[in-house]
Amino acid sequence: MSAAPTAIYLDHQATTPVDPRVLDVMMPWFSETFGNAHSEQHVWGRQAAAAVEGAREQVAALIGAEAREIVFTSGATESNNLAIKGAARFALRHGRGKHIITVATEHKCVLESCAAMTEEGAEVTVLEVDSDGFVDPEAIADAIREDTILVSVMAVNNEIGIIQPLADIGAICRGKGVLLHTDAAQAAGKTDMDVNAMAIDLLSISGHKMYAPKGIGALYVRRRPRARLLAAFSGGGQERGFRSGTLPVPLTVALGEAASIAQGELAPERQRLVSLREAMITRLRDNLGEITVNGSLNQRVPGNLNVGFAGVDAEALMAELPELAISTGSACTSASVEPSYVLKALGLDDAAAGSSVRIGFGRFTTRAEVDAAADMITEAIVNHRSGNSARAAE
Amino acid sequence: MDVYLDHNATTPVLPEVVGAMSVALSQPGNASSVHRYGRLVRRTIDDAREAVARLVGASAGDVVFTSGGTEANNMALRGLGTRTMVSAVEHESVLSAREDVSLIPVDRNGCVDLDQLKILLTDSQLQTLVSVMFANNETGVIQPVSEVAALAHEYGALVHCDAIQAAGKLPVDMDALGVDMLTLSAHKLGGPQGVGALILRAGLDPEPLLRGGGQERRRRAGTENVPGIAGFGAAAIAALDTGRANGDIGSLRDAMEQRLLDIAPDAVIHGGDVARLANTSCIGLSGVTGEMQVMTLDLAGVAVSAGSACSSGKVMPSHVLQAMGQDSDSAKCAIRVSLGRTTTPAEIDRFVDVWAEMARRRQSEPEARRSVA
Repeated sequence: MSAAPTAIYLDHQATTPVDPRVLDVMMPWFSETFGNAHSEQHVWGRQAAAAVEGAREQVAALIGAEAREIVFTSGATESNNLAIKGAARFALRHGRGKHIITVATEHKCVLESCAAMTEEGAEVTVLEVDSDGFVDPEAIADAIREDTILVSVMAVNNEIGIIQPLADIGAICRGKGVLLHTDAAQAAGKTDMDVNAMAIDLLSISGHKMYAPKGIGALYVRRRPRARLLAAFSGGGQERGFRSGTLPVPLTVALGEAASIAQGELAPERQRLVSLREAMITRLRDNLGEITVNGSLNQRVPGNLNVGFAGVDAEALMAELPELAISTGSACTSASVEPSYVLKALGLDDAAAGSSVRIGFGRFTTRAEVDAAADMITEAIVNHRSGNSARAAE
Repeated sequence: MDVYLDHNATTPVLPEVVGAMSVALSQPGNASSVHRYGRLVRRTIDDAREAVARLVGASAGDVVFTSGGTEANNMALRGLGTRTMVSAVEHESVLSAREDVSLIPVDRNGCVDLDQLKILLTDSQLQTLVSVMFANNETGVIQPVSEVAALAHEYGALVHCDAIQAAGKLPVDMDALGVDMLTLSAHKLGGPQGVGALILRAGLDPEPLLRGGGQERRRRAGTENVPGIAGFGAAAIAALDTGRANGDIGSLRDAMEQRLLDIAPDAVIHGGDVARLANTSCIGLSGVTGEMQVMTLDLAGVAVSAGSACSSGKVMPSHVLQAMGQDSDSAKCAIRVSLGRTTTPAEIDRFVDVWAEMARRRQSEPEARRSVA
């Protein structure tokens, strides 16, 4: 399209392109069969409602849930806000406790939702992570108090891609009768997620991180034992009262299709992405010698690589590579020049964090693009370093 | 022939809107990303923001994109922590946004009672927010919003207007109305579902409902729904040119109502004595519940509704008609017919035929039962 044909998109943790198969299923719902899914009194509405329910089944299947446990939202930010504020407000209102536990490397919308609840009487404990990015399940067990109502731990980190030990955390929370919420925006469709095996009570999903459009997401809300929430906004009482507002039928259909595709292709796609990532690491090492991978490489989604180049200013590196879309930090905060709070939580100093970039591989990434990107990065770094040494020599 | 006469529930997406969305769907970027993909997406959003602002005579910086009208209404009503007065005929998303709203009564035509509003405002000791919709979703009745705003401002109150049903059907101008906040929904004016906006007078800063990420100038977190926003922008541009289309729709609607009244002189056009949206008709037919009428019409391939879409699953008398002084029997016996730009005279004929049959059967049924007995 408008970007030059030579441009390479390796920023799949920020957003993914819409899969053409998803587009094909979605587009007719805008103008051909266009009903309001809540107008169940006539055929347009019933068709729309049936499509939404089909999509609900598809999303539920991806995480081992029941369809009626899926609440459609406008995206993962809304899902996270609804889960955390909704659970906290319900507990506060009914005197069931006030303490929330979360982790320093969570997405901003989780941290800010927790912080907002302190204004309404909640108390928040933010746990640290180790140098690989993991939170220790035992630390969560130790942090749980009599009045703890909710633990929120992301399934996969958006910057470093590491997979938190959710099954262990879930067992602890269930044992202590505390709700477990997980932001699975980066995990759903990329690594196996099962709400029962992991004892998850609330789980956030984003459409545009898994090849559906922006503007759609979902929140899984467990029915047994029941997770109780207060709605973030009220009105027509749609989505079991958890989320009022007319459902965007085309977008729900798209999310359903995207979930089915991701589920069906998860294993082979994982293999393919692992080999692309290996190729990138190998080529960068061959070209540049020493590079640092931030976060565990073993327990990590295959599409993510976060890598540090000693002595390189990552912002300057990106500025030299306008044809290559990679990022520093998450999209939501990358417009700021602050070093990544996630990398600093791993123990990196400002210089190390400031020399790191996130490279995100996706469904349509080719080996040729990976090789070309590695060479573009190499060339920019070599120029950068020789520029530095030239300046030093002057 | 399938006939869709439920445009106040949702409208088909306009062809130019599909075009704009298709372009946006082919851009893979996240608007917050600093690379070129991100910048392209940012420009798409800026253009749409400009178009939506222009539709209501606002500045681009005043527009906060949301997931739809319900979210925007909730943000407006919850975000300023004030005493809140809303008209008794508001949409559920306004009525239920807070637990502590005072209802402003309406007259038998469905228009806000300004004398009652004045009494409420006189009694209020707190910073007050008044929320009155531009046009009602069930009856199409247009509220005296600029009078409401002038009165409320005399008392130092803020004014919000849910203009979801009016935008695209009537000119909507924030300054002429004199309101401080205004809600729009894309899918009621030929745009896609899943996107709306709250327009804020400069300097107003309601508490965000969604936090995390600095999008929408920190007023609404979450990765922007770029295709939806692009579609909203295209729909707003299309809506700026609505004058002629509305004239045609209005004469189609008026002729339809006259035929219904000729067929059944006891039928009632709710709100028919005051200014209404040109496309909306709320028709009462005593002796047949709205549910039954809608079902009969549905079987004949004609889509209308009883009440608003959100609550239409429930068999409840319309709160709008009850607020207008109709008893619950009468409020149960109404349907809403809402026309669109593409509605044809032949489609109206089809509706009138089915409705006429219903009205006739209603008269003959008691006699039939008597003869069997």
